[in-house]
Amino acid sequence: MGIKEKLHQLKLKYQGKKMAPAFNALHTFLYTPNETTHSGGHVRAADDLKRTMNTVIMALIPCLLFGIFNAGYQHYSAINGFPADFSVMEHFITWDNFWLGAITVLPLVIVSYGVGLIIEFIFAVIKGHEVEEGYLVTGMLVPLIVPIDTPLWMLAVAVAFGVIIGKEVFGGTGMNILNPALTIRAFLFFAYPTWMSGDKVWVHGAKEGLTKAGSTDAISGETILGYLAQGNTSDFTYSLSDMFFGFIPGSVGETSTFLILLGGLFLVFSKIASWRIMLSAVLGALAMGLIFNGIVEFGWIPEYSKFYGLMQFDFWKHLIVGGLAFGIVYMATDPVTGSQTNRGKWIYGFLIGFLSVMIRVFNPGYPEGVFLAILLMNVFAPTIDHYVIRGNVRRRMKRLKNATILPKISDGKAKELKVETV
Amino acid sequence: MSKDIRIKKGLNINLVGAAEQSTTKAVSSNVYALNLQDFYGITPKMLVKEGAEVKAGEPIFFNKNNEEMQFVSPVSGELVEIVRGARRRILTLKILADKEQRYHTSKKIDLQKADPSAIRSLLLKSGCWPFIKQRPYDMVANADMVPKAIFISAYITAPLAADIDYILSGKEAELQAAVTALSKLTPGKVHVSVGNTEKSPFANIEEIELHKVSGPHPAGLVGTQINIIDPINKGEIVWTIAPQDLVIMGEFLLTGKFNAERTIALAGSAVKSPKYYTTKIGAEISTFLYASGVNEENFRLINGDVLTGSKTSPDGYLGFYNNTVTAIPEGDDYEFFGWNKPVFDKISSTRALTFSWMQPNKKYDLDTNTNGEHRAFVVTGRYEEVFPMDIYPLQLLKACMVKDLDEMEQLGLYEVAPEDFSLTEFICISKQPHQQIIREGLDLLYQEIG
Repeated sequence: MGIKEKLHQLKLKYQGKKMAPAFNALHTFLYTPNETTHSGGHVRAADDLKRTMNTVIMALIPCLLFGIFNAGYQHYSAINGFPADFSVMEHFITWDNFWLGAITVLPLVIVSYGVGLIIEFIFAVIKGHEVEEGYLVTGMLVPLIVPIDTPLWMLAVAVAFGVIIGKEVFGGTGMNILNPALTIRAFLFFAYPTWMSGDKVWVHGAKEGLTKAGSTDAISGETILGYLAQGNTSDFTYSLSDMFFGFIPGSVGETSTFLILLGGLFLVFSKIASWRIMLSAVLGALAMGLIFNGIVEFGWIPEYSKFYGLMQFDFWKHLIVGGLAFGIVYMATDPVTGSQTNRGKWIYGFLIGFLSVMIRVFNPGYPEGVFLAILLMNVFAPTIDHYVIRGNVRRRMKRLKNATILPKISDGKAKELKVETV
Repeated sequence: MSKDIRIKKGLNINLVGAAEQSTTKAVSSNVYALNLQDFYGITPKMLVKEGAEVKAGEPIFFNKNNEEMQFVSPVSGELVEIVRGARRRILTLKILADKEQRYHTSKKIDLQKADPSAIRSLLLKSGCWPFIKQRPYDMVANADMVPKAIFISAYITAPLAADIDYILSGKEAELQAAVTALSKLTPGKVHVSVGNTEKSPFANIEEIELHKVSGPHPAGLVGTQINIIDPINKGEIVWTIAPQDLVIMGEFLLTGKFNAERTIALAGSAVKSPKYYTTKIGAEISTFLYASGVNEENFRLINGDVLTGSKTSPDGYLGFYNNTVTAIPEGDDYEFFGWNKPVFDKISSTRALTFSWMQPNKKYDLDTNTNGEHRAFVVTGRYEEVFPMDIYPLQLLKACMVKDLDEMEQLGLYEVAPEDFSLTEFICISKQPHQQIIREGLDLLYQEIG
């Protein structure tokens, strides 16, 4: 008797029992169920929610791998100094980098999935529905949008908060208003701000006060945005290609714009994520960046202003630093919390890009805005959709004025009709 | 003159097992049956008792809400059984057919001179009326209402459905008689949509507005065409009728006899030699199914096409409205890692390691597996790609699910029938029962507003 038959018999055994959803979640992970159509059409297309979520995870894997190597690279470079003759194979893809990255990043992944999935299973068993796949993506997003040294207990608390308050109280996958991954991120940010911002959290070991090789200076690693927010205007240690390819400090998976771009193209090609949201968010960010550049250009803002540093930053560079690209590709496109109509998606995406850069520039505490912008637009997405749909309803109402409502035969007006038609 | 309608949104579902264009006369069935679920919205009242002898075309029951509306026997014989379900609801009427068929004949009328009320009452008495369906609500037309227009789709895009041009060729006289009669029942037009304006049997029919339609499924669904030609507003009524039913209606008008004979397609990958059969409404499906043979032990037999038909079995009976019977393999088996491995042998509307986009013309052998479990609505923007109507499908479905009557009206529930949601249901990633949701929404709206 093969494993398929054994599992089938176990499924029958568990049917109707309390633990059935938990068993089915594991069973359907191995095998697509033997369920056949029982209402409406008799055939169905190949895609299901598992496949959809799996596709997003596949698009995230390169970011995760890059994040692992980058964690090691940033750590050793902070201690030993950045290599002058940087080469990817020699300095980036090394066992040392990988090992350090793996022991710092993988625990985040494990805690995120472990805590989140346990809560999902518990809710599924209590409410007696199947375990839905939404958390598969959330659980992968969370470790990629937190600083490398986030304590695991904090992450566990935040995940519990995000899954329960952000999602399950609304009814689970498909019903939530706010993106669960960003709810988790926002919870961490507001509950433990010292662990989430500043120049000591982006490189492994900085918080513990590791020192540079051969000196007593503590290592630090500032994000480019943090550097600019302090009013600095030039002389990065990072080149444009560092920013684009992601050899810079930042949250675990957000740094490589290049890989995010590839992931985004894959999601658009596979028709899983909305290209409308991605494109309009990019346009929105560029628009806001241009406005700020214009303000600097016209001299409307003095150089000593604390916003000057970020405002003079070339508008298009906003896209390749910080979490903007990651947020646009993987989180703004969340179909549940985003706008649901095609026209709404244009507005929704544009405003995300626009507000992200605005918050990034004006936020005094923390020079990043994408997660706040997306959460804000999550709240407004139903409003946007409402007005888009009203457009359709209005069109229908307008048509109604010319409706041909004919008398019933039994009204006795049938005679008039005869004259009309014969 | 024809008007062109081009549909861009949609998806053709190309399946293995299209019926070969050759027609065989099926052996006659011993027992014929009328399945009363076919007549949506009708409460039957019997006119004859069990054991009574009836002629073909003789009324056997009528509509409780409109006594004029009669339903006739497709064949002559003895009414052997009235199958009843819960609360004595009549489910099926079985008639043991005579060897020699005897017909109940009505007086013919001169169509050109007849007035609408004469045509109306003739159709009501003849048993041809139930062929006419109305929208809103997708049910047998209410004879008390006057439609603003009548729509006939002779452009077929549903998977494996019978080729209308083939099964109706040579039936021009009957079609003309039926549309002449119908055109008198509406002050508006009779719209007929065809795929090919030259080959279609409707090419030279008069008193119609001919439209040439092209594009993928659901371009052939009458709901799509109505939405583009003349959308339904609140309070308006339109009628729809299938082309093969026009033939029976037309023959009745020409000869005074209700001849339930029609050509049907037997198709699907589970059928050994799929082809066309001439048979009668209510014939037992085994009378032609086994003439073609079946490939599979375990197959699903469908009265209609794979997207909108109803499940039946070899000892089931051909439905009142169906011109297609489809047999496809059952898919009640598990598939190892079916959710993440690349898929080459199934149709998909995405490219998430599914490769049907690479071969748009490849024919697929789909089974009845759902390919995943039922979930809440998650993804957005997918239905719109296969839904050409000016309606927001996801929002309308949700309005139906939460029973929000205002929203259902405003979002256009009056314009749709469950079949219009068959394609969104097919591609639905959350495997939601769209057609059932729409049907329940329509029922609720009918109850509350009528």
